[in-house]
Amino acid sequence: MATLHTQSTARLMMSPSVILLLAWMLIPLSMTLYFSFLRYNLLMPGMEEWTGFFNYQYFVTDPAFTAALVNTLVLVASVLVISVGGGLLMALLLDQPFFGRGIVRLLVIAPFFVMPTVSALVWKNMLMHPVYGLFAWVARGVGLEPVDWLSSAPLLSIILIVSWQWLPFAALILLTALQSLDEEQMEAAEMDGASALRRFVHITLPHLSRAITVVILIETIFLLSVFAEILVTTSGGPGYDSTNLSYLIYTQALLQFDVGGASAGGIIAVILANIVAIFLIRLIGKNLET
Amino acid sequence: MARTVSTQRKAAVTVLAWVIGLLIFFPILWTVLTSFKTEGEAIANPPSFLFFDWTMENYTEVQERSNYLRHVVNSVAISFGSTLIGLIIAVPAAWAMAFSPTKRTKGILMWMLSTKMLPAVGVLMPIYLIFRDLGLLDTLIALIIVMTMVNLPIMVWMLYTYFKEIPADILEAARMDGAGLRQEIVYVLAPMAVPGIASTCLLNIILAWNEAFWSLNLTAASAAPLTAFIASYSSPEGLFWAKLSAASTMAIAPILVLGWFSQRQLVRGLTFGAVK
Repeated sequence: MATLHTQSTARLMMSPSVILLLAWMLIPLSMTLYFSFLRYNLLMPGMEEWTGFFNYQYFVTDPAFTAALVNTLVLVASVLVISVGGGLLMALLLDQPFFGRGIVRLLVIAPFFVMPTVSALVWKNMLMHPVYGLFAWVARGVGLEPVDWLSSAPLLSIILIVSWQWLPFAALILLTALQSLDEEQMEAAEMDGASALRRFVHITLPHLSRAITVVILIETIFLLSVFAEILVTTSGGPGYDSTNLSYLIYTQALLQFDVGGASAGGIIAVILANIVAIFLIRLIGKNLET
Repeated sequence: MARTVSTQRKAAVTVLAWVIGLLIFFPILWTVLTSFKTEGEAIANPPSFLFFDWTMENYTEVQERSNYLRHVVNSVAISFGSTLIGLIIAVPAAWAMAFSPTKRTKGILMWMLSTKMLPAVGVLMPIYLIFRDLGLLDTLIALIIVMTMVNLPIMVWMLYTYFKEIPADILEAARMDGAGLRQEIVYVLAPMAVPGIASTCLLNIILAWNEAFWSLNLTAASAAPLTAFIASYSSPEGLFWAKLSAASTMAIAPILVLGWFSQRQLVRGLTFGAVK
């Protein structure tokens, strides 16, 4: 029974959060939108002028944009496949009874807590370095030519690093969901003679479908804006081979000081992210009903 | 009927799980080991795994060369500061939404969530320019503000899902027994809300500690937290792997331990309550 009095108190209690978030969202976003229609470079102060859709045209027709868009999509898709696929297998494995389960679980989720700059630099130097890296040592050990990961396969290297960070996340979420699976239903199916594969397809997978969807959507949101890992390893290179949309906009903004162009790119990134966000919000909203 | 598992199968799973677990953990283990080597041993070929002269000198040298402690203090100030301010703003909101929900509550929650999905790069330029004009670039205040706002939706959401689990009946009961609003809060609600608030804080500290985009773009030498400081090792003159490892080990150890303790809450917070 919410009376009029408690309702106004409730509104008062909510207002700081609502007002601050509204300001945090609306002010910068409308500024970005406004800048995106200006010719505005920090190196030429006082020269701002309205240019309509020029920035968008410039940004979208730049070959770097196409490269960055493709890289962004490849990065997101590859990491999703590796982390969700690997995470699912990992969760199924960790759900089995075995010795030291608790400890292995801790080992597996650990990479998720490592800050992005550290994971990127550790992989870049100590693992992927073509001369002193551990991968090079292993390659020489089995008689192969060591690979200079970051310059010959820059995007793949970044995919590996980012997957290493996100596979634990998927494994952790899916394991949690797996543990809420009804044991009795499984046993009943087992007694009815359903094979392990059939039990997986007909009971486990449907049970996990919601968790898998949540993992995919949340990871997509974070993966669309991978930044630090690229900055400290390849700096987007060689050329634009490992530049994603976030990194491209960053170079436009803080290296070339082109506020207008970067803002147009920012708006494009916002639109791209929103497409994903709509699905995610619907999904979570559905859960809220129950 | 308990499901029976053959010993053989259990042994096989044990071996497989440990091998994969150790492989996944290996880069972290390797970083910790390398931090105790000399620079020469860090790049030795073949690499030395355990049998090297263990040394602590990297840890002292990292501090001497770069005032490491300053960046630790920055990280602590940013993650704890933003958590504290976020808590003050988020608790009342989550409380109101959980205990006196209206028709619009769900819409507001969804909208808050949607702000979290705004890519940072979409507002990089305005935020950068605003802070520049306010003279707040490379200051702790700027990062505390940004981190508070970035994580506020998660805090409200997580607190909301915890508060909703507190049975409203218990309030009625307390009221019947003649408890005033103050007593209600102090003796009845607070004890039940504390665990949820604590987990929310924990998650927020972890997220703020590891945040890299804003830390890298809004700070330089003086306000740089550890994420940004470690990035400065990306273009070393020469190879400083042992020192990089020592700096990294210290930067990730506290959060790794916190994260290990809060796995469950983390699942809940990061999926906005969709998976518990």
